[in-house]
Amino acid sequence: MTLFWPVLLIAFASLLAAFVRLPGQWKALWAVFPGAAFAWVVLSWPAVVGEGELMASIAWFEQLGATVDLRLDAYGGLMAGLVTGVGTLIIVYAAGYMEGQPGGSRLISMLLIFMAAMLGIVIADNLVLLFVFWELTSITSYLLVGFNHEKEDARKKALQALLVTGTGGLALLAGMVLLALEAGSWQISEILQRGDLVTASPYLPGIIVLILLGAFTKSAQFPFHFWLPNAMAAPTPVSAFLHSATMVKAGVFILGRFSPIFNGSEWWHGPVVVAGLVTLLVGAILGLFQTDLKKILAYTTLAVLGMLTMLIGFGSDLALKSMLVFLIGHALYKAALFMVAGGIDHGTGTRDVWKLGGLSAVMPFTMVAGALAAFSKAGFPPFLGFIGKEYVYKTGTSLDTLAPIFTGAMLLGNMLIFALALKVGWYPFWSKGKEAMLEGHPHEGGWMMWLPPLVLAVLGLVFGFIPVWTGDTLVLPALSEITGKSMHEHLALWHGITLPLILSLVTFVGGVLFYRAREFFWRKHDRVESSPKVEHAYDRLLVGMVKFAKRQTQAIQGGSLSRYMFIVVGATALLLLWKFVRFDGWPELTWEGRLAPIPVIACIWTMVGAIVAAVAKRRLIALLAMGVVGLGITVLFVNFGAPDLAITQLLVDGLTVVLLLLVIYRLPPIKAEANRWIIRADAALSVFFGMLIAALTLSAMQLHVVERVGETLAQMSYAEAYGRNVVNVILVDFRALDTFGEIIVLAIAAIGVTALLAASKERSSDED
Amino acid sequence: MNMLIAFTVGVLFATGVFCLLRRCLMRLIIGLVLLGQAANLLVFSAGGVKTGVPSLIPEGSMTPPPGAADPLPQALVLTAIVIGFGLTVFAITLIHRARATSGNDDVDAFNETDRL
Repeated sequence: MTLFWPVLLIAFASLLAAFVRLPGQWKALWAVFPGAAFAWVVLSWPAVVGEGELMASIAWFEQLGATVDLRLDAYGGLMAGLVTGVGTLIIVYAAGYMEGQPGGSRLISMLLIFMAAMLGIVIADNLVLLFVFWELTSITSYLLVGFNHEKEDARKKALQALLVTGTGGLALLAGMVLLALEAGSWQISEILQRGDLVTASPYLPGIIVLILLGAFTKSAQFPFHFWLPNAMAAPTPVSAFLHSATMVKAGVFILGRFSPIFNGSEWWHGPVVVAGLVTLLVGAILGLFQTDLKKILAYTTLAVLGMLTMLIGFGSDLALKSMLVFLIGHALYKAALFMVAGGIDHGTGTRDVWKLGGLSAVMPFTMVAGALAAFSKAGFPPFLGFIGKEYVYKTGTSLDTLAPIFTGAMLLGNMLIFALALKVGWYPFWSKGKEAMLEGHPHEGGWMMWLPPLVLAVLGLVFGFIPVWTGDTLVLPALSEITGKSMHEHLALWHGITLPLILSLVTFVGGVLFYRAREFFWRKHDRVESSPKVEHAYDRLLVGMVKFAKRQTQAIQGGSLSRYMFIVVGATALLLLWKFVRFDGWPELTWEGRLAPIPVIACIWTMVGAIVAAVAKRRLIALLAMGVVGLGITVLFVNFGAPDLAITQLLVDGLTVVLLLLVIYRLPPIKAEANRWIIRADAALSVFFGMLIAALTLSAMQLHVVERVGETLAQMSYAEAYGRNVVNVILVDFRALDTFGEIIVLAIAAIGVTALLAASKERSSDED
Repeated sequence: MNMLIAFTVGVLFATGVFCLLRRCLMRLIIGLVLLGQAANLLVFSAGGVKTGVPSLIPEGSMTPPPGAADPLPQALVLTAIVIGFGLTVFAITLIHRARATSGNDDVDAFNETDRL
């Protein structure tokens, strides 16, 4: 059961942070909660690695197969450690970042609820639960990207991120439902054990494609990549946390999670590798042209996500191992670099590379953090980034097919990532001659702004220094989990002079060249930005959807009451017809009972009155005909033993006619309708509907219910209620509550009438 | 007799619906009233009609005479008539006001909320 409390604790902290407003820097105290969750992950690690997993479960909708199953294994645990560990630092950083600005508590509260959802994704062991957390991250991401909601741009981009990831989420849901049906279980750990059931299913391509859609939109794979750079409208702590270290990795995470099932299927490797490859190249190349520090980082995140996806697509043990090393390294240096970029923004007021330079003297701590993180990202030994890159090359060169092409793409991607790393972590601090361009006084932020990135950057260095420990403790247990085999090969910093090492050297040379040519690419920024993009297709799709909705609404709900009535009555008539044809059959056409002259005359009288009321051109005649109908029905009531009804009907009929007579002269004369075809269609529908109702009435009459409630009521009438008029007793005694309701309806109608009349009097007196 | 009553209910429904499909306010009210009466007659006669003795308990007896009309539909219809009257009066007032405010008695002109 201890598995529940980290999620609950962080969710609780979020709620608390929304209401308890801590002043200024004290907001950093909220980091205690994710810190405790991180400590819990660390402390459970030996047990997780030793026993393979920790599990907990409580019932939820058992009938639907939805239980709250949680499972902490080494793979999810690694992510849980990243989410809570980086999260703790992010909260401290956010407290520093938001100091002196409004909305700090709101930001921290939303970051915490996101964190709880993200933690839920990595430890959920039930597909339904996973989906709930998955969507929760999309929604919190929406709120966080649109944090500066007074800016239209931020709102638009938040919506874009939500629509893209939300649509993918629906695809994922469909894929997961298919997966659960085929595997016969909603529990992820069970499904993983029944992989052969899934791979034998005819729906396998559908399952894979749908799950891939969900993962690709979340992890911003081409062609859904465009929302990620746009999400940089968020405050920097959000970008550092959601859009580099955690949420965008959720897609990669579930790809890895399900890879044991799909590994080997032709539907899996091709799409995943191609999407990853294209995303890697698109992200890295477009990143060259960016001049905003955060945008540069966003594009390298795309490149790295592409790399991770591609490695999962290869699917070999070595590829998955490289993926994990790369993933850990990336989470550490990318979050750090984002925080550095935010620190620079905070200290100088700009993130524009054209203006930045020479900050090493004024921002020494940020400079150190930036340099360390950039070196890890660039892949200098002995940083973790170097090891990750070595393994990537090892994977690439050992591929069976197309090894030169993939290795070449990796090489180009890594060179560009190298150059982009230096642009963010090195260039702003060391480039000369731009000090004068900065307005105001560039300054170092408080410790809360430089310590968190420094911690992460140093960790990237430490982990790289002790590769055997990193490998044995962190990577191998997680790797065993996603390959399904026990893995023992140590991680090493030095492999001797091999092809990967040579490729690393080539990467340095190429990276430095790209870095030196930076201004050449920056000058082309505007031209690249205005060229055709996938995003334009998204915009057109959105505009098209709104247009379609408008047309559709105009067609269905065009503002004509008579047309609405026609549709409603027509639909009801069709339903009735269906009922007769499909279920009951038509009633027998028999004359039951004797035809007495009085009711026959009353019926004919009523019908003639109704027809005249409906077609008479003069108002007075129509009105009198309506009164005639009432009289006819009164006679029928008398004839069939209902004197109370007859009295009431007569009274009401008279009052209605009188009231209408009072109003009638204020209404204009009845106009003949212009379109003859409309009248014919209406008449046809009315006759059709009337015939169906007549058939319905007849079949109701032919339904002989054995015991009548009415008879019981009649017997109880005098015995229990001491009333001789049974109808009256029913109304005021047996069904008194009903009658009370009726009185209330009348009272409300009376109030309404009074209010309407009073309003019209006020109006006319105003006009006078 | 049953068929004639059923036919009458059908005619009342048909004329009521036809009136509701018109665009003129006056017809709308007439349609409303006709439909109300149609529904009342339907409920009243749905259990079958007998030329009947009212459901009244004579002096010295504990139950109504045999063959008396079913009192339950009557009670239901009585409630319906009264509520129908409330509705009609409210509709008359509303339509009167609508006409006074807009200066138009074409219901299809009251479409501000549905305009795009």
